[in-house]
Amino acid sequence: MHGTGVEVTLPEIESGSGFAKNDVLAVKAYRTKLLKWDANDSETRKGGAKIVAVNGQLIVFGTDVDAGDLKIALTQKGTLNVKPNKGIQMEPIWLPAPEDVWNRLKEISTSGFKNYTLAEHLGFSLFRVVIGFFLGALVGIPLGYAMGLSDWFRGWFDPIVEFMRPVPPLALIPLVIIWAGIGEVGKTILLFLAALWIMAIASRAGVSGVRISKVHAAYSLGASKWQIMRYVIVPNSLPEIFTGARVAMGVCWGTVVAAELVAAEKGAGMMIMVASKFQQTDIVILGIILIGIIGFGIDMLMRWAERILVPWKGRG
Amino acid sequence: MSGLSIQNISMSFDLPNGGSVQALKDVTLNLKAGELLSVLGPSGCGKTTLLNIVAGFLVPTKGEILLHGNKVTGPSAERGMVFQQGALFEWMNVRENVGFGPRMKGVSTARAREKVDHLLDVVGLQDFKEKAIYELSGGMQQRVALARCLANDPDVILMDEPLGALDALTREKMQSLVLNLWKETGKTIVLITHSVEEALLLGERLLVMAPRPGRIHKEYRLPFADLGVDADLREIKKHDDYGDKREEILEMIWNMEEEIMGRTEVAG
Repeated sequence: MHGTGVEVTLPEIESGSGFAKNDVLAVKAYRTKLLKWDANDSETRKGGAKIVAVNGQLIVFGTDVDAGDLKIALTQKGTLNVKPNKGIQMEPIWLPAPEDVWNRLKEISTSGFKNYTLAEHLGFSLFRVVIGFFLGALVGIPLGYAMGLSDWFRGWFDPIVEFMRPVPPLALIPLVIIWAGIGEVGKTILLFLAALWIMAIASRAGVSGVRISKVHAAYSLGASKWQIMRYVIVPNSLPEIFTGARVAMGVCWGTVVAAELVAAEKGAGMMIMVASKFQQTDIVILGIILIGIIGFGIDMLMRWAERILVPWKGRG
Repeated sequence: MSGLSIQNISMSFDLPNGGSVQALKDVTLNLKAGELLSVLGPSGCGKTTLLNIVAGFLVPTKGEILLHGNKVTGPSAERGMVFQQGALFEWMNVRENVGFGPRMKGVSTARAREKVDHLLDVVGLQDFKEKAIYELSGGMQQRVALARCLANDPDVILMDEPLGALDALTREKMQSLVLNLWKETGKTIVLITHSVEEALLLGERLLVMAPRPGRIHKEYRLPFADLGVDADLREIKKHDDYGDKREEILEMIWNMEEEIMGRTEVAG
């Protein structure tokens, strides 16, 4: 018995004497092989010779004899079918060994996968997230401020925002594809929508969450409305906005991978989807691990920025 | 005329069910410049509402507020306010908080700096000028709030339970600080408090308010604030007069609270 991809030479054996000579057979792991035991014998199956017992156990068609590391069965034609035990090992197509994944990482980070290197695949996904999130924040934060400050804006936009927020961005993929196709525009729109509602709700909460005593204090210190906006309401809303940004970046990362699964020329999601179609499980596993690491990295980066930029968060 | 004049103030709030509740009824009060008034009363007697009207955050249903003869129409820097807590700006450090008022008026930070530093010395925060607000204890934060209010040089200082959230020891120190600041700056101060002791110790005049509708119930003139500027506040608490007044007012407020509870029971 030997592993896949290993060249073996059959061991030399003595053929022995008598009407049935000794036979030797090499079987690949996870495969079976027929043994035509009469090929070198003087008495053949055509001549009426039959196997009746293996290792002293009677054998008939339909029953297996357990011979330690392998099972032996009798076929209808009288040959022996040798079936090595598979044990509890996993075939690489289900779960590749860690070293295979590691080797694949080295391979595709230098020679690439489907016309793009690994860094390009991951970098492009990240780039899409950054663009989508940036546009979402650019529209969402002013919208949230307007909703927090004006009843008119809240009246008009609250139902829309509150309705769109719980809709999973993935559910928008079909519509976005109809509207904008499967190219970059479609993906940008999708990520924009994923970030927009989260950022709007976060900045609205940041504005309306300002303690009235802070606003009163600023008024009685002589601040004008614009000064209160600039020096009290905006800084007071920053911690909430950062929380929203962290959530939005996470959602955008999940959404971009899903959107790339559907259709893309490059990207982390496209990479694992194509690899899956070609049963390259090691690339799929590798992709999942890298997507996880990047998602975690984004969150860590946002937390770090939060600590540096809004150190007063949660200490008001 | 100089000083603060509260004339015939009534205030009612509309309720969501269409009714309305009268928070204040015909409150009239005149304060000379430099007076220190403490206001006491059970919860719901409208003392915070009254303060918010004087500050200009609320517009009274009836009556008007005059400061130096001019009608008050909204919040302004001439009436500074010190809140219980949480009114400091955490995104600014101690010095920036105190310098907020001058900065809003367009005074450059460099020019305001001397005044800000002086005020921080006065309230005992000379070693904490660059600290973040959330690094300070509750008592220190209230010192910042006092300094921030004084940096604007207001004519009247309104204090809404400024020491309410502090522990007993810190509170005592802060009471001395408030008295000293009052004496040194000569500001008119209106102090709202829940504590009878604090009202007695710090008030040159003491106003007891009654609820439903909020109105002035009784007024006292007290000697303790003047004494307290030089003496240990704990010594003053041993005065016979102090003890008598304390018992009298406590019983008065206790009776009001009981009346409210009684009414609630009948209503329920």
